[in-house]
Amino acid sequence: MAQSGAKLLKRLLGAATAVVLLGTAACGGSGSSESTDSSGTVTLEFAQWWAPELPEGSFDQLIAEFEQQNPNIKVKALSAPYASTKQQLVSGAASRTLPDVVGLDGAWVNDFAKQGALADMTSIMAEAKYDPKELVSQVQLEGKTYMIPVVNFVYPLFVNEDLTAKAGVKKVPTNRTEFMDAAKKTTALGGNVSGWALPLDTAVPVGVQNDVMSWLWASGGSMLTPDGKPNLTSPEMQSTVEYIKSLNDAGVIAPGSLTMKEQDKVEKFTNGQVAMVIDSLAHVTLIKKNNPKLKFSINPIPATDGYTGKRGLPYASWGIGIAESSEHKAEAFKLVQFLMSQKTNSQLSTLANGFPGNNTSEPDLSKSDPLFKTAFDIYKQSVPTNEFVGMAKSEDLMRSFDENLQLALTDKQSVTDALNKSQQAWSSLN
Amino acid sequence: MDQPELKTRGNPMSSPVTDASQPPARSRGRRPTAKSLTPFGYLSPTLILILVLMVIPIVMVISYSFKDNVIVERNPVFTGLANYATVLTDPTFLTAIKNTLIFITISTAAHLVLGLTFAMLLNTTVLGGVTKAVFRIIYILPWLFTIAVVAVIWRLMLDPYGVVNYILTSVHALQEGVDWLGSPSTALWAVTFINIWSGYPFFMISLLAGLQGISTDLYEAAAVDGASPVQKFLHVTIPQLRPVLISMAVLDLIWTSQQFALIWMTTGGGPLGATEMLSTYTYKQAFSSYEFSTASASAVIVLLISMILALFYVRQQRVR
Repeated sequence: MAQSGAKLLKRLLGAATAVVLLGTAACGGSGSSESTDSSGTVTLEFAQWWAPELPEGSFDQLIAEFEQQNPNIKVKALSAPYASTKQQLVSGAASRTLPDVVGLDGAWVNDFAKQGALADMTSIMAEAKYDPKELVSQVQLEGKTYMIPVVNFVYPLFVNEDLTAKAGVKKVPTNRTEFMDAAKKTTALGGNVSGWALPLDTAVPVGVQNDVMSWLWASGGSMLTPDGKPNLTSPEMQSTVEYIKSLNDAGVIAPGSLTMKEQDKVEKFTNGQVAMVIDSLAHVTLIKKNNPKLKFSINPIPATDGYTGKRGLPYASWGIGIAESSEHKAEAFKLVQFLMSQKTNSQLSTLANGFPGNNTSEPDLSKSDPLFKTAFDIYKQSVPTNEFVGMAKSEDLMRSFDENLQLALTDKQSVTDALNKSQQAWSSLN
Repeated sequence: MDQPELKTRGNPMSSPVTDASQPPARSRGRRPTAKSLTPFGYLSPTLILILVLMVIPIVMVISYSFKDNVIVERNPVFTGLANYATVLTDPTFLTAIKNTLIFITISTAAHLVLGLTFAMLLNTTVLGGVTKAVFRIIYILPWLFTIAVVAVIWRLMLDPYGVVNYILTSVHALQEGVDWLGSPSTALWAVTFINIWSGYPFFMISLLAGLQGISTDLYEAAAVDGASPVQKFLHVTIPQLRPVLISMAVLDLIWTSQQFALIWMTTGGGPLGATEMLSTYTYKQAFSSYEFSTASASAVIVLLISMILALFYVRQQRVR
């Protein structure tokens, strides 16, 4: 009995050890050791949220083209919606297991770079003898590039022309007074129609960037000092928030704004419940698909009365970066180079209804919506602005500003107090 | 001879059988070791899974909560209880505790009352089998939706221009539409209501099973004693259901305290922190502020609260 028991135990422990070892080997295998096979083919992992937002199959086609041009590189696309990609990358950056090539939003770059998760692309570009003069912009931290914007999306003013015509608004508002007037007139139409929508949901507080700061940037203002420190107590900032408060006090903002999400804003505009919104050009297709009868135009964001300078136009990017943990940085950069090449970048920006990150690329306007051409003209006349890009903890900055703005809009504190408190919060975070 | 035998019997820890053919020291050294390790061999796959999936992550989070700037910094330093002090003095955390308490107690109480009411309706002898089956399907519907669908449905219905306000203003219950999820005064009650709506069917099904398990003899005996329906409910139904009721209530308190998706998708903890819960607070600390140390401290506090509730649950189960 004793001997057979001992034998059985040995077998069981042996089997258990084998299971553990196999498991460990499998875990190891899923990491870097398998990224180069015996024939020397390198497999790159590329995490992004772009494929689900592009016409079906078009992203795979681009990747296939790249693989054809580079037979020794295979690309494994890890595609997921924006929010899931963000969460995966946050945990990947924390554990230094980011995929080789990562799709980035400018707002994440500072945090990821500070964690040492992103590779310095300046030196990679130098090693590859790549001349960055074709790039429209680069997101840098302490002089080193960590992200290259591949496609840019702008946030102009969308105006429901049926509602404005019905309300007797003669021309699209170009300054704040005209906007207030148009918003009041369209709200007066009744029937659940409001002049403007302001999504201030704190779960994803991007409304602060797209719907609040856009007013400041459109009038040439800045939320930062020239050396990049928070400057929320400037007269321009005060006037912007006072203006938004006056819109709120006039009752022209769609109800429910304190927990309204960006998709609610788009939905309300699509349904004709809101006459004007500041929204991403990327939503044009969606709006037209959901309400083909909606007649709307795309316009620059109104500036302060009498402002004649160049207007800032909010933008968001599909950016790209390389993981510091990648063992194949040179191959990874080949993929970046391919996506930034004149031809591919034109193709990608046309497919995405965005504007190219390569300044020699031109989106194919002949095949796209006429609204897209208007937007491209506005884009060329404006300064693409997004001061949250490259800032540390940008989502936190937006949230603290959002909470203080909500207190001001609900008359729980003054606009001056809201800005002073936001300034304090931002100063402690940066 | 009798005395040593009695002594052996009297000590339950000692080996009941002694093999006289082998030296005693050797038999004690080998056989019990092999025997005592064999079960662990069988259990090893489960033990390894528990270790990898539960013990290691929990221990890691606990260790993170005592360090500064974990994950973000490569070499975090030990800071003792500083993170706990930060979290426990953060007014947002205290608001989150208050909101979570209100949310879980009202949700659980309402789940119990509604679940029991509907279970009794479905257990009645007054209605026919088909009618009961139809109602059973209707009552269970909310439980069949995933939480994302529940959130979308209720966001649309509770919109200032949504169905709920339309009905309430049409029947003159309200003068004008209420911004249920967007107003700090109503948001917490609105999300609690949604949680009650989506969770009561589980109680209903469990309590219905409990009700069907109560012997009819007890009701007949009560009827013979001249008990009224209320007396039957109070003195037969409730005592018979008590173990199920207590277990369900404790489990619901634990589950509801961890509700994240519903809050995140309806209000995100807003407006003005009116629906901030421990779960949303922890999430924001980790994935928005990248303060993984304070997030870990907050998570450990939630773990402790859940463990206290789990202790009640285990004790209840042992009593049964």
